[in-house]
Amino acid sequence: MSALDKDTVKNIAFLSRIEVADEKLEPLAQDLTKILDWVEQLSEVDTDGVEPMTSVAAQTLHWRQDEVTSGDQPDLVLKNAPDQTDHCYLVPKVVE
Amino acid sequence: MTKLTNLTLAEARDGLKAGDFSAVELTKAHIDAMEKHKDLNAFITETPELALERAQASDAKIKSGDAGAMEGLPIGMKDLFCTEGVRTTAASRILDNFIPPYESTVSGNLKKAGAVMLGKTNLDEFAMGSANITSNFGSVKNPWGENVGKDLVPGGSSGGSAAAVAGGLALAATGTDTGGSIRQPASFSGIVGLKPTYGRCSRWGIVAFASSLDQAGPMTKTVRDAAIMLQSMAGYDVHDSTSARVDLPNFEAALSGDIKGLKIGIPKEYKVDGMPQEILELWKKGEEMLKDAGAEVVDVSLPHTKYALATYYIVAPAEASSNLARYDGVRYGHRAEGELKNLDDLYMKTRAQGFGEEVQRRIMIGTYVLSAGYYDAYYAKAQKIRTLIAQDFEKAYEQCDVILTPTCPSEAFGIGENEDDPVKMYLNDVFTVPTSLAGLPGISVPTGLSASGLPLGLQLIGRPFDEETVLRTADVLEKAAAFSAKPKMLEA
Amino acid sequence: MAYIIKGETGDWELVIGLEVHCQVISNAKLFSGASATFGAEPNHNVAFLDAGMPGMLPVINEKCIEQAVRTGLGLKAKINEYSVFARKNYFYADLPLGYQISQFDKPIVGEGTMILDLEDGATKEVGIERLHMEIDAGKSQHDQHPTKSLIDLNRAGVCLMEIVSMPDMTSPEEAGAYLRKLRSIVRYLETCDGNMDEGSMRCDVNVSVRKVGEEGLRTRTETKNVNSVRFVMQAIEAEAARQVEVYEDGGEIVQETRLFDPSKGETRSMRSKEHAHDYRYFPDPDLLPLVLPEGFVENIRKTLPELPDEKKDRFINELGLSPYDASVLVAEKEKADYFEEVAKGRDTKLAANWVITNLFAVLNKQGVSIQNSPVSAANLGKLVELISNDTISGRIAKDVFEIMVETGGDPEKIVEEKGLKQITDTGAIEAAIDEIMAANQDKVEEIRGGKDKMLGWFVGQVMKATQGKANPGVVNKLLRDKIMS
Repeated sequence: MSALDKDTVKNIAFLSRIEVADEKLEPLAQDLTKILDWVEQLSEVDTDGVEPMTSVAAQTLHWRQDEVTSGDQPDLVLKNAPDQTDHCYLVPKVVE
Repeated sequence: MTKLTNLTLAEARDGLKAGDFSAVELTKAHIDAMEKHKDLNAFITETPELALERAQASDAKIKSGDAGAMEGLPIGMKDLFCTEGVRTTAASRILDNFIPPYESTVSGNLKKAGAVMLGKTNLDEFAMGSANITSNFGSVKNPWGENVGKDLVPGGSSGGSAAAVAGGLALAATGTDTGGSIRQPASFSGIVGLKPTYGRCSRWGIVAFASSLDQAGPMTKTVRDAAIMLQSMAGYDVHDSTSARVDLPNFEAALSGDIKGLKIGIPKEYKVDGMPQEILELWKKGEEMLKDAGAEVVDVSLPHTKYALATYYIVAPAEASSNLARYDGVRYGHRAEGELKNLDDLYMKTRAQGFGEEVQRRIMIGTYVLSAGYYDAYYAKAQKIRTLIAQDFEKAYEQCDVILTPTCPSEAFGIGENEDDPVKMYLNDVFTVPTSLAGLPGISVPTGLSASGLPLGLQLIGRPFDEETVLRTADVLEKAAAFSAKPKMLEA
Repeated sequence: MAYIIKGETGDWELVIGLEVHCQVISNAKLFSGASATFGAEPNHNVAFLDAGMPGMLPVINEKCIEQAVRTGLGLKAKINEYSVFARKNYFYADLPLGYQISQFDKPIVGEGTMILDLEDGATKEVGIERLHMEIDAGKSQHDQHPTKSLIDLNRAGVCLMEIVSMPDMTSPEEAGAYLRKLRSIVRYLETCDGNMDEGSMRCDVNVSVRKVGEEGLRTRTETKNVNSVRFVMQAIEAEAARQVEVYEDGGEIVQETRLFDPSKGETRSMRSKEHAHDYRYFPDPDLLPLVLPEGFVENIRKTLPELPDEKKDRFINELGLSPYDASVLVAEKEKADYFEEVAKGRDTKLAANWVITNLFAVLNKQGVSIQNSPVSAANLGKLVELISNDTISGRIAKDVFEIMVETGGDPEKIVEEKGLKQITDTGAIEAAIDEIMAANQDKVEEIRGGKDKMLGWFVGQVMKATQGKANPGVVNKLLRDKIMS
């Protein structure tokens, strides 16, 4: 696999919404490349006809009844909010 | 009388019942120990007042004959379990002020059973690590460090829990295990650590790292203690869709001491190149001990073992990258201060400030392997290999009942070693990861000492939901090994 | 008639696909136990899972599964007994988990069809590609504060059905017909209330153009969250015109997301979506695959109501209605039910006429729904019967109807009280005719001389003399006999 370049890392960092200082991009690219090179070994395994594992839990999904069992607790929900008003969360304005 | 902090859960349980001491005395002794050994940095948040309150309530219950299975027993709670009203940080700056308005199912179960929480133990940030050196709240020291005259890692990610139990600060502690985070620190710290079958314990209220791998489990001084504690932790939870709808057996009752005719599998692929001789010898010794107890030893093969680590380091970061997306500074936790240009700026700065380097690295690896064009080559491929790994175990269990391997490829190493290369650190998990990928139950039992006098553990892996056989075998192994070495600091 | 845009370099046709998000009718949300009802105080209908708090986990609501299957059956679609929930990962203020739980390559419902009822009575079959379940996001308000946006998560976690059509539509009219039909079907099934203005049904419009006869598809754009049928049609017109203009100018169309601005009647690019979204779909590890137990789909099939297409066919074939009338009546189940009550045991065509022409006009004028009709179906039925059995004439019926609209009264009583019964007694009518003929001998002579049209005047006079109660048919016949003989 090819090494990750600065631009790719910058893109990944943005997709992950983590700001990475310019000078940190190169060392980070090297770290990530090391890890990706190492996991590359998986390509040598023959997985033809093998189903990807969906869950180790060998059972079917439990369905719950259509009842209202929570809510009506805006104070608890917002208790840890960094910024709020009138039971609404506040964030820097989004321009659509 | 034995020092209160040197008791096992079983002994303390009996002592409380017999009235040899009170729950308050027991808790006080541990609070004092915590005070004395703050340098271990085993706790992120200590809750001594809360603990004494609960201990008092336990004393009343014991008196009235109403005692729960864990009544009055002081334990540490890994700071990954959301505890109502008590700060829960996941050892991260991004949650350093988070106070959950709910209690996780597992910690709630222990509370209902009467356990006394001493505090929230330290861990690698978001459970990502094998040495407890990535915590926002400082590294944890292995209580065995004094034995070799240097600071040692306790293992990770449940390093704080391991140090608390090994150092006599708690009778037992909860851990979580995703790729080895209970078993590996248990091995490094000379205690017992059990990762139950995936789905045995509820994940509701546990800060998620990798959803298809995370599992809560007990970290204790003995195998019996692990059985006792698991009993109170486990059980079907309707709020967790991956929780197993299976009956809860009596784990302590499974410790019959009888493993006659049991088939112990020895997987040849676990004999890796460069493995220290002393670990190979310990493994052989474990084999002999079990044979002496009447078990049969069979060679088995788990052909895809060598791909397990790489598989894990694709699947776990992928799931983590998605699970950690919610930490964005909007609804709780740390939010970047100062001028924020727009929403994306809020996200970028909050998460850069809030997450440590290892977490950032893993999120980015996870994001990358899921991204367009790479999904098939990485994530889909890894999930297929995971199926093959699980099938390996299934086939092996046609020939044996339980598998014996070393827990770790080494003894505990020094704080500061192995930190230059992320991949080097990942290799610590080589023996524990396959069990996690297959969702099987696995336990680490301290069985011997390294040449430098540090604990080494052996691992037993069982069939799905067969914790009973795993515990029964571990109990026999523990008795045969008669591991009695202690960290020097306990002698003080 | 095909919808064509004439350009300088030739004729252009449209390729339209619609993605409609329908909020499922249920008490609780898809994966949490918070209420799914509209209109609560901010962040009151929020469970900790909906707020994306650490350690929270999804548990699926059985009702939502039923509603999705029900809708799939209504779209004559293939129900997939095995489907998988996947995470769609992206960051936005109203997306608390940082991902939307949705379905990706294994949706619960596969291909189906829908029949569009077009203006001229024609129909067109349009393909449905799939229907999948997903959770809704919260709501952000950007105009309540100078520098900040407010986030309310009441809607976060509500179950949505995303219904994706094949790109089979070729005009704004067809798109409009699609939406109206889809709304009709989900309302019949009671799986969604179809209120576009309340946001419980939202439409994303995919538009591309190509030269008439051209093979293959050109780049399409997506215009998001258009919230009325009218706006959807306008948006298609505007966007198609824009694309043609770009091509005619030698430019290229960029695949992008756009918004429709109703005040300007044009679409514009969404600035915030500049970066290409890489959703990194993968199966949600907190959930297991959704497996429908044996018999589950059949049981739902058994409880389906008669759907619009079937009802329309029955109205045409069994009740003898015209395709147009049938279409109008079945568009809303409540209207169809009302009509059937009116028509029961009576002249169905007459009933249809009265319901469509007279009653609906009143409902429109008063701005009320059929559920609040001032005239009950029972009473309207009686009125139709009174006409059919010649108790009153059509002319008088209109007067009676007006009174019924005002008073909500029973037509039989009204006819009694006002003495409006039709006069069929030939003796009385003949007397009236004789009187008028006697007073208008000159006109009688004109008719005898060939001016047939004056007959109508005579009929009018007889009707006036009898206060409109004479049976016009009888008047006509007797008048002819008397004058022509």
